[in-house]
Amino acid sequence: MDYFLTEEQQMIVETAREIAREKIIPLRAELDEKNEFPTSILMDMAKADLFGVFVPEEFGGLGGGCFEIVLVLEELARGCVGVATSFAANALGIYPVMIAGSQEQKERYLPDIASGRKWAAFGLTESNAGSDASGVRTTAVLDGDEWVLNGTKQWITNGGEAQIYSIVAMTDPSKGPRGASIFMVEDGDPGFSYGKKEDKMGIRASATRELIMKDCRIPKDRLVGRKGTGFITVMKTLDISRPGIASLGVGLGQAALDEAVVYAKQRVQFGRPIISFQAVQHMLADMAIQLEAARALVYAAARHIGSNAKNISKASSMCKVFASDMAMKVTTDAVQVLGGYGYMKEYPVEKMMRDAKILQIYEGTNQIQRNVIGQELNKEYASA
Amino acid sequence: MDIIVCIKQVPDTKDVRLDPETNTMAREGVESIMNPFDRHALEEAVRIKENLGGTVTALSMGPPQAEAVLREAISCGADGGVLVSDRAFAGADTWATSYTLAKAMVTLGNFDLVLCGKQAIDGDTAQVGPGLATQLSLPYLTCVQKIRTIGDSGLVAERMMDDGYDVVQLPLPALLTVVKDINEPRVPSLKGKMRAKKAEIRVLRAADIHADEKCIGLAGSPTKVVSVFSPKPRGNRTVFTGSPAEQVEQLVAKLKGLL
Ligand SMILES: Cc1cc2nc3c(=O)[nH]c(=O)nc-3n(C[C@H](O)[C@H](O)[C@H](O)COP(=O)(O)OP(=O)(O)OC[C@H]3O[C@@H](n4cnc5c(N)ncnc54)[C@H](O)[C@@H]3O)c2cc1C
Repeated sequence: MDYFLTEEQQMIVETAREIAREKIIPLRAELDEKNEFPTSILMDMAKADLFGVFVPEEFGGLGGGCFEIVLVLEELARGCVGVATSFAANALGIYPVMIAGSQEQKERYLPDIASGRKWAAFGLTESNAGSDASGVRTTAVLDGDEWVLNGTKQWITNGGEAQIYSIVAMTDPSKGPRGASIFMVEDGDPGFSYGKKEDKMGIRASATRELIMKDCRIPKDRLVGRKGTGFITVMKTLDISRPGIASLGVGLGQAALDEAVVYAKQRVQFGRPIISFQAVQHMLADMAIQLEAARALVYAAARHIGSNAKNISKASSMCKVFASDMAMKVTTDAVQVLGGYGYMKEYPVEKMMRDAKILQIYEGTNQIQRNVIGQELNKEYASA
Repeated sequence: MDIIVCIKQVPDTKDVRLDPETNTMAREGVESIMNPFDRHALEEAVRIKENLGGTVTALSMGPPQAEAVLREAISCGADGGVLVSDRAFAGADTWATSYTLAKAMVTLGNFDLVLCGKQAIDGDTAQVGPGLATQLSLPYLTCVQKIRTIGDSGLVAERMMDDGYDVVQLPLPALLTVVKDINEPRVPSLKGKMRAKKAEIRVLRAADIHADEKCIGLAGSPTKVVSVFSPKPRGNRTVFTGSPAEQVEQLVAKLKGLL
């Protein structure tokens, strides 16, 4: 379907597609098997200017928005969701600066992000703070000209690989959610270290690590925005980043459909290609319908969000839920279409199915997204 | 360091067919691409520029549509593109092509290094690089797999051989033809693509390069293609396996059997 992309958007798609084809697909099985971070691929993406897509032009980027990054992530995910996640987490990690950072902070970080010289990560989750972000126990205390951070973040994508971390910490625990703030912590800061790297079911090319802050001292000016506004910035960050996760689902769904259709045309049983059986055809048709519906919703939501609209939470959550549920279903069905071969590592669809699952979990589980949508509906119909 | 990279637009041989009637390549409907070896030459030039500064100019001889590969070269890091294009150049063999490109380079003026792909995948002759160097009286090295050092005083490079490589030192200016092992080409960058879209491609005609008309195009080409055919398949082959001693034993037995 034609989504009427501008010439520049088409260029972005082409570039990301070429990265997926030339750099990601040849390596993805190996990265998955070895649990290996795709450093060289990220450097290739940097050279191709993809890291600059969402950074404003005044800081060396291309000045794109939510929709442009969605286009990039979709194409990268057609290659590998693990690699694409590493790229997405970089944007997630720097959005707080773009949303609430000072001019100095933007000047300090954004040019390096735009060029891909440095990578970012986003540290919210802790062992007791998953869906319930108010469970954050990491603290930040001002001591003279420095903030002193203490606590451990868990399951942080790009942990140990990134150089720039946005960390959510409590500056006033007694105030609950209004007592949280965001800080920029940098690789090499005193008292900042990395814990173990997780061994995951899917997206194994991405690195997921603990971040440990033990009397971690950082300059006073690393506080992002005003003290106590941390959760507001977190919510805004996730609202604009979630369509990116949704687009990972769209790219992954497309990759799975591509594999399934090609296989169904070639595989012969009972003397004919299995695509000639209606049961298989209908499965492929349902995959295609769900996929296109998800893409249309993600694009519409991303364009809505990119237009600086006011109320974006519902659109953001809706596209994340729909596209990630679609990706889970479509990748599972792709394995079904390939039968036993689909279950084997020689074919890429088993990895796709493993990779799909995370999309329903991270950046807010799909249950939490439905909560958000439900609450928004309740507000919208307040007078009803 | 000012570098010229010679780039040819070729049909994508992945889907090339021979026209059985005329024995020529059926180019219709076949996608045109940048000659893959030239992509590596370009990448090497851009890397040298990134390290030492200077310029990279992409040079191509071909029909007007060959402009596309020059824009692609700019999107991969070349500073500019020059297309040598004139009806009078049509039908050029490797000699006439070398002559024409050499004339164009003289017209362009100063350069320190010329990089070419080892060969073009359509003709597969590997003659234009050396031909060009000869026309320009430049020292040259073919099948370069690595440039070890390069600076104002010259370069040291590895020439790929069947059984290893030679290490060769050359003064500059010089011409190198490169093999694919030399590097891993980058994907065209977004900013590069935007620059490429706006870039002005300079076009040089026969008159601009003061070409002798007896030396260009079909008239200037000593090569005449008499016929093109697919070679007959080779006879049966046997591959011996095992230790060298076992293989020799098998070979001797086989040869004895033929006596
Ligand atoms: C591979 C990976 C990468 C990650 N990367 C990052 C990162 O870069 N940065 C970061 O900060 N975090 C990251 N996370 C953390 C991720 O965002 C959390 O795992 C996620 O928010 C869910 O939290 P939880 O795992 O603690 O699940 P829990 O909150 O314990 O939820 C368990 C189950 O209960 C359900 N549930 C919980 N509360 C409710 C409720 N109120 N209503 C209905 N259902 C509910 C959930 O939907 C889920 O099904 C990552 C996680 C993984 C696995």
